[in-house]
Amino acid sequence: MRAAVITFPGSNCDRDLAVAFESVGAEVTRVWHKDAELPENVDIIGIPGGFSFGDYLRCGAIAANSPVCRAVIDHANRGGYVLGVCNGFQVLTETRLVPGALIRNKNLKFVCKPVTLKVENNETAFTRGYAKGQEIVVPVAHHDGNFRADDELLARLQGEGQIAFTYTDNPNGAAGDIAGVFSENRRVLGMMPHPERAMEPLHGSADGQALFRALVEGLVAA
Amino acid sequence: MKARVHVMLKEGVLDPQGEAVRHALGALGFDGVGNVRQGKVIDLDLPEGTTEETVTQMCEQLLANTVIEKYEIELV
Repeated sequence: MRAAVITFPGSNCDRDLAVAFESVGAEVTRVWHKDAELPENVDIIGIPGGFSFGDYLRCGAIAANSPVCRAVIDHANRGGYVLGVCNGFQVLTETRLVPGALIRNKNLKFVCKPVTLKVENNETAFTRGYAKGQEIVVPVAHHDGNFRADDELLARLQGEGQIAFTYTDNPNGAAGDIAGVFSENRRVLGMMPHPERAMEPLHGSADGQALFRALVEGLVAA
Repeated sequence: MKARVHVMLKEGVLDPQGEAVRHALGALGFDGVGNVRQGKVIDLDLPEGTTEETVTQMCEQLLANTVIEKYEIELV
């Protein structure tokens, strides 16, 4: 399985994301934000956490309009897979590849701690390594993770199985306790928690591993 | 020419920062402050003859996230 991990100025989880993909056997190419093209035959693109472009204007807004993101949108429109974590999730909402928007945490505090997530939909390439309703522990570290969706969108996300993970104890005020959402075709996942920081027992949790393993196993077979 | 763009969260979208400002004003003794909404003002220096339509495109593509924000354009 071939993964590409993008680095923007201000990304700081790009290496962690690349290491997570590599640890489960993926071949990873690192891509700089000014590259207008992605490597050929990439199965999945990883958009990492961090503070792309200093969070100027809105988190992820400038990155979403960078040359490489046009290539990411083309990749997704061709049915390609994309995983956006934390700032990567913010970038994905700004590109509209996943629905909703992310604003400042309800209590205005930067929240940095392990949280418990409930797997809402396990019938996707990202989540089929988990059981439906399974609780996993994955760290969050963000200031703007408060997911916003109006009632209509929330109902649609719930009805269409586009909610990947919810928080069991909401740390940021997110609507519907939503921690991660899929695109309509379930091939793009944006999530605030960091599965790449929960890859081995020394991290405090290895619950993120199943996500990367499922991707590698599933996308190789595809 | 110049344009000034006002970006605000849409009605009904929670504004945690505005809410914090309201609390802080209350703590300073300014009683009775109702809802507080915080937004952005963006001033643009533009080539003469730039149309409002062009500035609208700037807002739609970058300056505002129209999922949660609305914008108003003032051409000066």
